[in-house]
Amino acid sequence: MRIGAPKEVETGEARVAITPESAGYLQKLGHDVFVEAGAGVAAGFTDDAYRAAGVEVSETDTALLDAVDMIVKVRPPKQAEAERLKPSQTLISFFYPSSNAALMETAAKTGASVIAMDMVPRISRAQKMDALSSMANIAGYRAVIEAGNNFGRFFTGQVTAAGKVPPAKVLVVGAGVAGLAAIGTATSLGAITYAFDVRPEVAEQIESMGAEFVFLEFSDDELPDGAETGGYAPPSSPAFREKQLAKFRELAPEMDIVITTALIPNRDAPVLWTRDMVEAMRPGSVIVDLAAERGGNCELTERDKKITTENGVTIVGYTDFPSRMSTQASILYANNIRHMITDLTPDKDGKIVHDMEDDVIRGATIAHGGDVTWPPPPPKVAAIAAKPREKVVVPTPEEKRAAEITAFRAQTRSQITMLSVGAVLLLLVGLVAPASFMQHFIVFTLACFVGFQVIWGVSHALHTPLMAVTNAISGIIILGALLQIGSGNWLVVLLSLVAVLIASVNIVGGFLVTRRMLAMFQKS
Amino acid sequence: MFSLGLTNAAYVVASILFILSLGGLSNQESAKRAIWYGIAGMALAVIATVFGPGVYNIWLILLALIAGGVVGWYVAGRVQMTEMPQLVAALHSFVGLAAVFIGLNAEIMLNEVLALRESFGGTIAVVPEGTLTGFGERLFVKDAVEIAILKVEVFLGIFIGAVTFTGSVIAFGKLAGRVDGKPNQLPGGHMLNAAALALCVILGLLYWGGAGIWTMVLVALIAGFIGWHLIMGIGGADMPVVVSMLNSYSGWAAAAIGFTLGNDLLIVTGALVGSSGAILSYIMCRAMNRKFVNVILGGWGGTSGPAMEVEGEQVAIEAEGVANALNEADSVIIVPGYGMAVAQAQGAVSDLVRKLRAKGKKVRFAIHPVAGRLPGHMNVLLAEAKVPYDIVLEMDEINEDFPDTDVVIVIGSNDIVNPAAQDDPNSPIAGMPVLEVWRAKQVFVSKRGQGTGYSGIENPLFYKENTRMFYGDAKASLDALLPRLD
Repeated sequence: MRIGAPKEVETGEARVAITPESAGYLQKLGHDVFVEAGAGVAAGFTDDAYRAAGVEVSETDTALLDAVDMIVKVRPPKQAEAERLKPSQTLISFFYPSSNAALMETAAKTGASVIAMDMVPRISRAQKMDALSSMANIAGYRAVIEAGNNFGRFFTGQVTAAGKVPPAKVLVVGAGVAGLAAIGTATSLGAITYAFDVRPEVAEQIESMGAEFVFLEFSDDELPDGAETGGYAPPSSPAFREKQLAKFRELAPEMDIVITTALIPNRDAPVLWTRDMVEAMRPGSVIVDLAAERGGNCELTERDKKITTENGVTIVGYTDFPSRMSTQASILYANNIRHMITDLTPDKDGKIVHDMEDDVIRGATIAHGGDVTWPPPPPKVAAIAAKPREKVVVPTPEEKRAAEITAFRAQTRSQITMLSVGAVLLLLVGLVAPASFMQHFIVFTLACFVGFQVIWGVSHALHTPLMAVTNAISGIIILGALLQIGSGNWLVVLLSLVAVLIASVNIVGGFLVTRRMLAMFQKS
Repeated sequence: MFSLGLTNAAYVVASILFILSLGGLSNQESAKRAIWYGIAGMALAVIATVFGPGVYNIWLILLALIAGGVVGWYVAGRVQMTEMPQLVAALHSFVGLAAVFIGLNAEIMLNEVLALRESFGGTIAVVPEGTLTGFGERLFVKDAVEIAILKVEVFLGIFIGAVTFTGSVIAFGKLAGRVDGKPNQLPGGHMLNAAALALCVILGLLYWGGAGIWTMVLVALIAGFIGWHLIMGIGGADMPVVVSMLNSYSGWAAAAIGFTLGNDLLIVTGALVGSSGAILSYIMCRAMNRKFVNVILGGWGGTSGPAMEVEGEQVAIEAEGVANALNEADSVIIVPGYGMAVAQAQGAVSDLVRKLRAKGKKVRFAIHPVAGRLPGHMNVLLAEAKVPYDIVLEMDEINEDFPDTDVVIVIGSNDIVNPAAQDDPNSPIAGMPVLEVWRAKQVFVSKRGQGTGYSGIENPLFYKENTRMFYGDAKASLDALLPRLD
């Protein structure tokens, strides 16, 4: 199969879908790899680098598109590009089918197969081709760098000879992949980072990245269930939203940098950072709105622009963060593509098998055999199901101490009760029983105690030998028969003779079989 | 030859040796020494008694000893390790029967002694020359209160002995497959047992009041019925508890006889064995999360609602697939159960382990306390097949390691790996500690067919996504698997 990456036509798009490195892996799968001349230049990959990796460089896009069976791209195709698809061809790119219905219709009519990288199901197996996540990761990182670029101070606090510098305070709203990446970057630059998310189960992830989770008091029924929407945060109730905004209002004056990443699938971005919050911020503060493409989380965000408000707050509304880090983004995206193609080439023989039974491939395919195949049926494997974790009640040291004391008292009480009841019973027996019986009784009781102590120490693995040996030992009953056998009465002699006989079977058999068993236990 | 003092000294030494021999079972190496302590203690006790005061008919004794010894030696040499449960049960029955005989003897002698005393006017304190020997002499010097206590002891000895005898015989039959392993009771069930017990107590009271030996013979017969009926009502998989319980009873029977005869060594040994069996029963019950009474009275605990529906299907796999998974695995845990014993597959399992270990894989065994039909049954079978004991681990030692394990092979066990015990509060086995095999990356279950386990409940493990069913006789399956491992 021939796989080719054309040069991206979208203005400002610097990414490329195949790198010289990923081309090597594709060739190992048995594919021939093509790129359009200059496709990788903006991402830092020269045509010569491709040639060195054994990739054929086509001079024009027409030449490339005619030559290949599979087109891999970053951005969704333009109308013209979609119309040019051939029935035998497969297109892999971002597509956003929910907002590009007409384009999808056009592509499907050509008879070509289209795989949308943004539709890869969010299941563990498909993580390696989850391009949304790898791009979000880059966006999160770049958002912090962009903020730093527009922020006039250090991130980290310093005490210098010239004076003390306080650390910057960063608030990250939405702890998805981008949010977590932003948290990690901000904390590693030394900022004090706070983070908020409507899904309480991500608190642990936030804390693991070194940020402080902004805690919001709410009851369980107000709580949106993230597991049902494939791991994305669902829209929240008005009451919940009010509480959220109140919290942000409280935080706004203290924050130097705010990075918002809150997105809800198939909807406009929720407005979480209102005008009054922006006005409450100090001059020189920076807001980076990663949701600008969907209208922005900040009320004042302007798409693809950087603006400065009257009170000196910079609001960054760029939508092309991954493209601003084109080399990194291309490497990761090309890897995602490469993993997708690996799944499409199960036998590693250069033959594409478009298996519509496979959850991942089926989920990502939006056009196949002339039909629109979007939306896909629900995958057989459920998306990441994060069950709400039960709160573990950690007892305070005082409570623990109190519990221990109670347990100790209860134990003492039950022991004393048992001992006194036992003692009284023994005394009662002692009242009537003769001395000779009591002597034996002492022996009996002590032997029981010794037995309990000794047997608890026996290893589980040796329980069968234990039974066999106690069996042999209980043959000690032979003594009784031995003592009776000479007592004169013929019936007694007969009965005790039988008793001696069977007891000796017991003794010899028991010991021998135990010895046999024990001899088998070997150390490795 | 042995004076009374010397005999007692020998008894003290023998008791200590017995305690040491039980204590030595704390690990496999010291156990090999401990068994000799037990043998020495027993030899000492028997010799000191035979050549001690008040024992006659020595030739008869030697004859019986040798005959019994030869039978014991023959049986112990012949028995298969898989037959260990029934052997242990059979040996218990002997102790029970001996206790019954000795108890009856004591009663016969007591009557004779009392008659003799009567003929002398009931007042003399010294045994007349030439009338009584051995045991009779000891009875002769007992006063009225001592005789009353003696009668209680005789009653207990006979009762426990008879229950142990018939119970062990039935346990033997069930374990050996000669009696149907299913719980089986006469109409009336446990009420019948209770009535029989009440009858025994009444007979005992009659006997205490001087009703004569017929009461004791009747007690022996009725107690025998109780033992038979009680064990008939208990199913095969509960046998670990039953055998431990009978083990305990045989000890208490010996202790009761010890009281009757005033023999401290018998009392000490009986108490040791009795408490040992009691602890084993307790451990087994705890491993099934059941009450002792519940096991003995039969049946599983009441359920509080319908069992959870099991979704999905059992997916079968051939030897080829299992072999591939094993070739790729780094860590393997094998969970054996009664099915391995039935199929005599321990040798094949051992070969499998040797092959996997030779390739540097980490192979271990996970043993549930109630796996098999006897406490520690699996350990003995694996030891027989030369599996080193340091890779055979208990449930508590290994349960946490399942999530890091690549492959788990379940061979012939069912209830002890049933996740319903943890997930389904309505399951009959809810709360029973189980081996959490389903947490491993992959589970293969070697099983004869699609049936349920002893408790008759579905096992959701078989329907899990990471479980594959490797149907067929355990030994045949493993034999098919072995050549496919590279």
